[in-house]
Amino acid sequence: MRSDVMNPDAPRADQGHYVAPLGETPLQEVDSVDPNATPRSLWGEAMHTLLRNPVFVVSTLLILFVLFVAAFPGVFTKVDPTYGVISDSNLAPGEGGHVLGTSRQGYDIWARTVHGARISVLVGFFTMLLSTLIGGTLGAIAGYVGGWLDEVLSRINDIFFAIPLVLGAIVFANRFPNGMNLWTVSLVLSIFGWTSIARIMRGSVISVKNQDFVMASTALGASKTKILLRHVIPNAIAPVIVTATVNLGVFIVAEATLSFLGVGITNAVSWGADLSSAKDSMRTLENNPWVLFAPSIALALTVLSFIMMGDAVRDALDPKARKR
Amino acid sequence: MIWYIARRVLQMIPVFLGATLLVYAMAFYAGGDPIAAIAGDKPLSPAVVAQLREQYNLDKPLIVQWLIYLGNLVRGDLGISLQGRPIADSLQSAFPVTFRMALIAIVVETVLGVAAGVISGLKKGTIIDTAFLMVSLLVIAVPTFVIGFVAQFLLGVKLELVPVNASGGGFGDLILPGCVLGVVSFAYVLRLTRTSVAEVATADHVRTATAKGLSRGGVVTKHILRNSLIPVVTFIGADLGALMGGAIVTERIFNVHGIGSELWKAITKSDSPKIVTIVTLLVVIFLIANLIVDLLYAVLDPRIRYAK
Repeated sequence: MRSDVMNPDAPRADQGHYVAPLGETPLQEVDSVDPNATPRSLWGEAMHTLLRNPVFVVSTLLILFVLFVAAFPGVFTKVDPTYGVISDSNLAPGEGGHVLGTSRQGYDIWARTVHGARISVLVGFFTMLLSTLIGGTLGAIAGYVGGWLDEVLSRINDIFFAIPLVLGAIVFANRFPNGMNLWTVSLVLSIFGWTSIARIMRGSVISVKNQDFVMASTALGASKTKILLRHVIPNAIAPVIVTATVNLGVFIVAEATLSFLGVGITNAVSWGADLSSAKDSMRTLENNPWVLFAPSIALALTVLSFIMMGDAVRDALDPKARKR
Repeated sequence: MIWYIARRVLQMIPVFLGATLLVYAMAFYAGGDPIAAIAGDKPLSPAVVAQLREQYNLDKPLIVQWLIYLGNLVRGDLGISLQGRPIADSLQSAFPVTFRMALIAIVVETVLGVAAGVISGLKKGTIIDTAFLMVSLLVIAVPTFVIGFVAQFLLGVKLELVPVNASGGGFGDLILPGCVLGVVSFAYVLRLTRTSVAEVATADHVRTATAKGLSRGGVVTKHILRNSLIPVVTFIGADLGALMGGAIVTERIFNVHGIGSELWKAITKSDSPKIVTIVTLLVVIFLIANLIVDLLYAVLDPRIRYAK
């Protein structure tokens, strides 16, 4: 007779971990951990949870898809998005070989939507990287050093926080009479987008710097800079990464809003600009709502996937939130 | 309490000075020459340029310019636009319109958001909760201008339920723009309230209140709601900034003649003095609103009131 029939509680060959029998103790979740298993890091544990979370898997696949579209738009359409034929304007979906029809300017809507992904993704990523770098550095210094430096940096943060993202960007945009490009838009959005990251980094660093292992490191004679870089920041960065992911979606929206208002990147194929021209052609819209729906859906799906991914990562990193 | 208010007001002063200086410097100093914007393609004569620079104080150092500007602002002088008209004139008719629209937005966001959040939080895991969550996620992901635009197209153009054009500026005209403006924050308020209510609902003091025989309604309003409103109130204060950015977009979509469209017109004409004045006023409103929120916070949470 096999041993698992003799003793139903013994781990089977396909069981990675020992699982305590049901009802043995109310502390099941604590007890059921295999004491001999190699411990997983916070990120390892989070990864394990994330891969089994359908929201995370779906949003990650969506993001990968958008990245692929942004990198290789030619795979999805052979039509030049900047080639407008006036005689072919306002075509209904399917007419003249245009899958989603054409806009008032005679552009192929499908090609515009596919090619629009690149600007959104690039602005989103550059702004996210730059604002996280600025906010992360200032927040870490404020939280770690504390004292008057913290006070000064926090007030500076308040000043930038008092100017709403889109408003600030508009005031700046006014100074670029020939329109902005990829770099200036990312820079301008970063100038007003770093405050949330800095606040979170500061709070996180303060909670980590008072923990025992940091004190142990100090006792062992590590320098302040080394402690900050090797011990404090790696342990404080998780919530910052979550916020940065969600912010990426926010920045994509902000860029689209600027393009919609006509102060974003000029002469580029972007969803915001397409929505702006859709607004000015209500007649086209009546015949072919794809002028409005195609860029809207593309924009919404992209932003949604970044927000869902951020939410999933936050839940995975915060077991308290997970149980709720 | 009085010390708490005094401290908050004192903390606001450097932020106010810094933010106005930043806006001022941004509008006049980053990038090109503001005077060049009036000239257009034809260059102005040096004498005219010099006179204009003097009129707008551009010949003085930045800090002096800004101090003169602030001084005028405090005395109620909003300055003169590059078109030569007093800025106050064009804002006078625009402010009430935006105010009405913002009021609708805030009502949608707070009243409906908190109500939906409480239902969702108390009925966690039910179909109604899931429905609210799905709607809120969708609303958060879809940018305001897309929502506004689609709503205008479907409700206004196709179904003809609401006016497409809200240039009238009355409450009736502004219902759709106001709802669109408030809907994103509605989703955030719903989610915050839901999490917060679900957490407080299982707290010991709520069980005690139920055990001592208080009605369900009493428990919800007196014990659950009050304690779960704190994060929501904080959010609403910070969110007013997003509301202002959203107002420009919403006003442009629905053709509302409010502050946002004044700002929009100023931007298209590169009218720096007008841009600075409008943005500065919005920043001041934002700061004051946040101060009020901080005071509300103290009303809701006695621990803050009594801390020194």
